[in-house]
Amino acid sequence: MAKTEPGPHNFVFGNYAPAPESKNHFKIKKSYDLFIGGKWVKAPKQFETSNPATGEVIAKVGEAGKKEVGQAVKAARKAFEGEWGQLSGAERGKYLFRIARLIQERSRELAVVESMDGGKPIRESRDVDIPLVAAHFFYHAGWADKLNYAFPGVKPKPLGVVGQVIPWNFPLLMAAWKIAPALACGNTVVLKPAETTPLTALKLAEIFEDAGLPPGTVNIVTGAGETGQALIEHPDVDKVAFTGSTAVGKAIRRAIAGTDKKFTLELGGKAANIVFEDAPINEAVEGIVSGIFFNQGHVCCAGSRLFVQESIADKVIKKLKKRMETLIVGDPLDKNTDIGAINSAEQLERIKALVKAGEKEGACIWQPEGRLPRKGNWFKPTLFTECAQSHRIVQEEIFGPVLAIQTFRTPQEALEKANNTPYGLSGGVWTDKGSKIFKMTTGLKAGVVWANTFNKFDPTSPFGGYKESGIGREGGVHGLAAYLNF
Amino acid sequence: MTIKKTYKLFIGGKFPRTESGRVLDVRGKDGELLANASWASRKDFREAVVAARKASGGWGKASAYLKGQILYRIAEMLEGRRAQFVVELVAHGISEERAEKDVSEAIDLLVHYGGWSDKYQALFSSANPVASSHFNFSVPEPTGVVGIIAPRRGSLPELVSALAPVIVGGNSAIVLAGENALTAITFAEVLSTSDVPAGVVNILTGKRAELIPEFAKHMDVNAVLLCSNDKDEKKLLDLESAENLKRVSHQKDAPLKESPYHILDFQEVKTTWHPIGV
Repeated sequence: MAKTEPGPHNFVFGNYAPAPESKNHFKIKKSYDLFIGGKWVKAPKQFETSNPATGEVIAKVGEAGKKEVGQAVKAARKAFEGEWGQLSGAERGKYLFRIARLIQERSRELAVVESMDGGKPIRESRDVDIPLVAAHFFYHAGWADKLNYAFPGVKPKPLGVVGQVIPWNFPLLMAAWKIAPALACGNTVVLKPAETTPLTALKLAEIFEDAGLPPGTVNIVTGAGETGQALIEHPDVDKVAFTGSTAVGKAIRRAIAGTDKKFTLELGGKAANIVFEDAPINEAVEGIVSGIFFNQGHVCCAGSRLFVQESIADKVIKKLKKRMETLIVGDPLDKNTDIGAINSAEQLERIKALVKAGEKEGACIWQPEGRLPRKGNWFKPTLFTECAQSHRIVQEEIFGPVLAIQTFRTPQEALEKANNTPYGLSGGVWTDKGSKIFKMTTGLKAGVVWANTFNKFDPTSPFGGYKESGIGREGGVHGLAAYLNF
Repeated sequence: MTIKKTYKLFIGGKFPRTESGRVLDVRGKDGELLANASWASRKDFREAVVAARKASGGWGKASAYLKGQILYRIAEMLEGRRAQFVVELVAHGISEERAEKDVSEAIDLLVHYGGWSDKYQALFSSANPVASSHFNFSVPEPTGVVGIIAPRRGSLPELVSALAPVIVGGNSAIVLAGENALTAITFAEVLSTSDVPAGVVNILTGKRAELIPEFAKHMDVNAVLLCSNDKDEKKLLDLESAENLKRVSHQKDAPLKESPYHILDFQEVKTTWHPIGV
């Protein structure tokens, strides 16, 4: 029988029998070295990477120091001046096509490893992350011999050695976003994956080996912040590409101040998702849910601020609560799971601290009832009503499954509130009226605006922020500019 | 006896004196006093940012057709005052032949960029063929308030080649003029009679060492164009602009070559998605 009021819900089992994805069809090694110059190189130290859903150690990986980073940059320089740099665009493209195919072929393995190492639901890694990874290589493969058409009037040239530092929320997808355009444009790469999610990037290195990619074209150095810093500050790195927090992005900007290094930064966000009274409400509720609970809210463009027109606020919030009660939080490898594990204990603490601040500052918290798994890092889908612009949960990026709801009366008020943030990565608008859509999408100060949809991604579609959400674009023809000299 | 002109600042469409009461004495090639130019202060700069922010919304939304006509109008007004600029440049020690050439170049730059006003968007936009059932497109939008540290040397072409791509892109600007302060302020008189809305262009004369840090630090400046060969100036700007992640375009201390990519330097690309269906 359908319930009309929110009630208890068991997150772990839901109403479904467990349907876990098997993990017996591939191998994860006990220990991974660094991938430098086409070879696996031992690091002086190693660190453990674990499954955030269980706390179990999955593998040990190398921790690259300054010396290993230096070796990787040297290998990349050699490849840039050597075999890779001398290839024609068409030949570069063929390598990228080949890599795309190998990714598609091993996509089930990559999806499972991604969910094990990072905690995201298998449905997302299987249906979103990994297909997009392959698509990014396919898309950019085709650009490699057409760059002169992308930028009329100038003859673009590659930059050289690119140092790339990526986050833990979309580990392999971010690697693809960074590596595919860099290679298509003729650069060579040193990539540092995130400390908590290094495994799929190392699997990608295996794919590069299998693809016969010339040694040194892509080098993968695992490690923590210090490894990334060594890479960014290395004098022979021509360009730095970073995705991560705004605070670290600013530190990188300072670290390379005064140098000739080029850079792109994809940083934090606090997207406004704006729902008007003439919106298709059921679709909007789905959009709100996917906007904030996709990937546990570990999404820089997450729709973490919901603005609902006053006249429909009660109705929308009621429907939203009902929908949230059906969300299954649990085993990332279970095909029924909607919300997986929080990526790390550290991130869980950060989410808890901000949620606490939200309560303390006077916002009203609501979470569906239910039990969470005992082991591992978990957080219930959460919403706050009665939020003020000044609340920390409205101002700061939480990077977790926490939604802050505010209301508005007029489109102008919605725009002013939405733009009242130092961030400007993304935004959402829900209305059936075309002219209102364009009033809002042109008024929002954000790099990506979803109208009557949310959290959609595609390699052909440029992504990147206004203001403190970053500098530069990734994807599409605009993303190529980040890897070329005019 | 000839009447000499008082050279002031250009802020929000008006010509105020510097609030600081300080002046820079500008002398001609024979050492005679040409003018006491205003030595702009940090407060003058902040006033200029307020004026630029106020103007940026309307100018950013003005039609491309209108912006193109206004740039062309600046060229017309400059042509009409050619003789005055030549006299002023000659007083600064520039040959008459060179002064004529400089004015012509500046006029040509304005005509050139005026013509880009309704074209760069088509060049830098894209309809993106996403795999899902969505209509998806990307268009450039003005970055907002742009600080311009004009080339140190030179005269009109240096100033106009830096300014024109910024304003034709719908941004408002605060310009720190080069050493030829008088020409920059006389150019402001051209702007003020060219239908350029108040605050879209603000021109300060002053000291680079004093004002560059202010351009870099101000949280309501979205981008800075630095025309400089000085590595320390670049480093300082890079460091301070990290705080609000200003877009920084670094160019040489020379006239910028005509290029629509200079317009693109002060644009943000926005991508919009909408489902296709019923």
